[in-house]
Amino acid sequence: MTMHTLSVLVENKPGVLARVSGLFSRRGFNIDSLAVGETENPDVSRITIVVNAESSPLEQVTKQLNKLVNVLKIVELDPQVSVARELLLVKVRADRSSRSQVLDTVGLFRARVVDVAPDTLTIEATGTPDKLDALLRDLEPFGIKEMVQSGLVAIGRGSRSITAGPALRAA
Amino acid sequence: MTRPTPETLAHSARRARAAASTATDAEPVARAAAGPAAPAVRTPAPAEVSGAGSLVRSLEALGVDVVFGIPGGAILPAYDPLYDSTVRHILVRHEQGAGHAATGYAQATGRVGVCMATSGPGATNLVTPIADAYMDSVPMVAITGQVARPAIGTDAFQEADIQGITLPVTKHNFLVQHAEEIPQVLAEAFHLASTGRPGPVLVDIPKDVLQASTTFTWPPTLDLPGYRPTLHPHGKQIREAARLMASARRPVFYVGGGVLKAGATDGLRQLAELTGIPVVTTLMALGAFPDSHRQHLGMPGMHGTVAAVYGLQKADLIVALGARFDDRVTGRVESFAPDATVVHADIDPAEIGKNRHADVPIVGDARHVIDELIAAVTAERAAGHSTDLDDWWHQLDDLRERYPLGYEEPADGTLSPQYVIKRLGEIAGSDAIYVAGVGQHQMWASQFISYEKPYTWLNSGGLGTMGYAVPAAMGAKVGKPDVVVWAIDGDGCFQMTNQELATCALEGIPVKIAVINNGNLGMVRQWQTLFYGERYSNTDLGTHKHRIPDFVKLAEALGCVGLRCETAEDVDKTIAAAMEINDAPVVIDFVVGKDAMVWPMVPAGTSNDEIMFARGVRPAFDEDDI
Repeated sequence: MTMHTLSVLVENKPGVLARVSGLFSRRGFNIDSLAVGETENPDVSRITIVVNAESSPLEQVTKQLNKLVNVLKIVELDPQVSVARELLLVKVRADRSSRSQVLDTVGLFRARVVDVAPDTLTIEATGTPDKLDALLRDLEPFGIKEMVQSGLVAIGRGSRSITAGPALRAA
Repeated sequence: MTRPTPETLAHSARRARAAASTATDAEPVARAAAGPAAPAVRTPAPAEVSGAGSLVRSLEALGVDVVFGIPGGAILPAYDPLYDSTVRHILVRHEQGAGHAATGYAQATGRVGVCMATSGPGATNLVTPIADAYMDSVPMVAITGQVARPAIGTDAFQEADIQGITLPVTKHNFLVQHAEEIPQVLAEAFHLASTGRPGPVLVDIPKDVLQASTTFTWPPTLDLPGYRPTLHPHGKQIREAARLMASARRPVFYVGGGVLKAGATDGLRQLAELTGIPVVTTLMALGAFPDSHRQHLGMPGMHGTVAAVYGLQKADLIVALGARFDDRVTGRVESFAPDATVVHADIDPAEIGKNRHADVPIVGDARHVIDELIAAVTAERAAGHSTDLDDWWHQLDDLRERYPLGYEEPADGTLSPQYVIKRLGEIAGSDAIYVAGVGQHQMWASQFISYEKPYTWLNSGGLGTMGYAVPAAMGAKVGKPDVVVWAIDGDGCFQMTNQELATCALEGIPVKIAVINNGNLGMVRQWQTLFYGERYSNTDLGTHKHRIPDFVKLAEALGCVGLRCETAEDVDKTIAAAMEINDAPVVIDFVVGKDAMVWPMVPAGTSNDEIMFARGVRPAFDEDDI
């Protein structure tokens, strides 16, 4: 099993996410991460799906996704030639004694403190899933009170655009 | 990534009438193009109407001649303008009947079948026929009423999220939010249902949208940027397929329902005769190639002929045309046709490689695929490439001779169901349409009736829906009123949907029903006989023992003529009597023995190599022979 990152361009219409996610659940795939948002064209949304699957059943799901009337285009992003990021917000226990150590860690990972309370710091970080895992590992000893992570978003490197097709501009 | 030019419906309708030679890439594939001409599409003037009025005018503009349905609260506004419409509405007795009738109509005519129901239970009763149409790729549009927009999501009376419920069993579905959208949504629904790989499309319309004021304008512009079926195959793949066909020693054409959907039966015959390659037609494709043709090996699969099953199993080249390697055809797929190179042509790219790896994948409409294969094969032959199939035919002919389809007369002297079905086919002939339910009678009807023409065999293949036959026969008869339509049903199936005979009697739809009454859920009983130690748990329906119901009395109560036949001597004259009656539906209760079984059989989950010719009889094959 390998991780696959799919960028699915869809018409920005109600119910499309249910159609897309339904195809995965119907075939017993667990979606590891999902992120949805508008593209530069407000009529087109982009769904980034990370799924852990064998290639051949994934190919079948991709073909089925392509059959959905509201799906415009599907691209599997190769990690070697794409940029992938997640956003993490984490509330860490940080009282007088530990605060400076927490701030050191924040600095090392080029994260930011976005909220301060007497006994906690809330930290924002973006990066690859690996980097965020490392940050969390380093913050763990201080005590993580709460955390939330976005789905992965990813985009291909270079000047080529997957949204350049005429169907996507005019959809 | 190219976006099809937005196309108007008038445009696509013109193309639907166009001949095959003028095919374009966006042309509807439904066999409207090759079969009967699509009804003329009108271009009405804009008008101020209600949403309901817009719906009915859209149906008229789309050339719909009949809708099967039942009114109810949420859909009621639509029934008011329908009252004055040229569209015929047939009031069925259960929404399931409306759905299967739409399917039967579509399968017999190639046009889109339309059914209508109200919200909640009306809509959920359509789910089975919608799923059935989805599995068999039938062009159908289902229109449902929905509770008013402000009530959606409140668990309102008769509310059901039918869009959500039908998501996995429709090609696409719509929840209409504004009355202005109605013409466009209807036009898109019909376009989606009938083009590419056909399938059911559901249009859910809230009651207040039906009641709102709107302007009806026609034709609307279709906006389906993500829908681009590939109709024309890739030339390189076609040439590769032709090259393989010119060198294979044991090739077989594996023909599925897609060939019928594409209206490609003439081309298929031409291609088969050009190459001399043996043909098998699946349950969904019976009639696509004449049963009587010398090159036809019969139906493959669980209850296929020995020659068809072994032909595929031992082939070195399988050319699949509009077929999907269903488990009922392949048996245990890992051991299916181990030596075969596979050319797989289908209009749906997701079918290719789904169950069996395709060495040569071809995406395209079967009509175009076959036409281009004919050209490519002709070129191969011109270049002096062809293969000698004499050995292969010698082996297959030997199998056909040794293991023909047949049956034994029941030892207990009861009427043989196979005999009844065989005689029915011989008397009603190859112009009649035969509609089967699901079970033993369906398999016998597929085996012992000779299908010589396309669109004369309708059944529920993929979903296996008991109760399909009576309403589907009704729909077929409405679509083809001049053709004799026989439903061949089991006593179990018949008890699921026979209420539609009341519809037939009142609406003047004189279908003929042969109930193959063995008193049991016969196919289940056969499995109990073979695999459950003859423990007949809950398969005796009592229709023999207690004659409950009495099908003759039931037929009469439903406004039909009821006949009964219990002996072989009476079979011909009872069928002849039924053939004489053309002003009312007829039901014949054929009381047959309960122990007859369907043979040959590949037990579920086993390899096709394990085919049983009869109980305890495996065909003897010399390994060198095959």
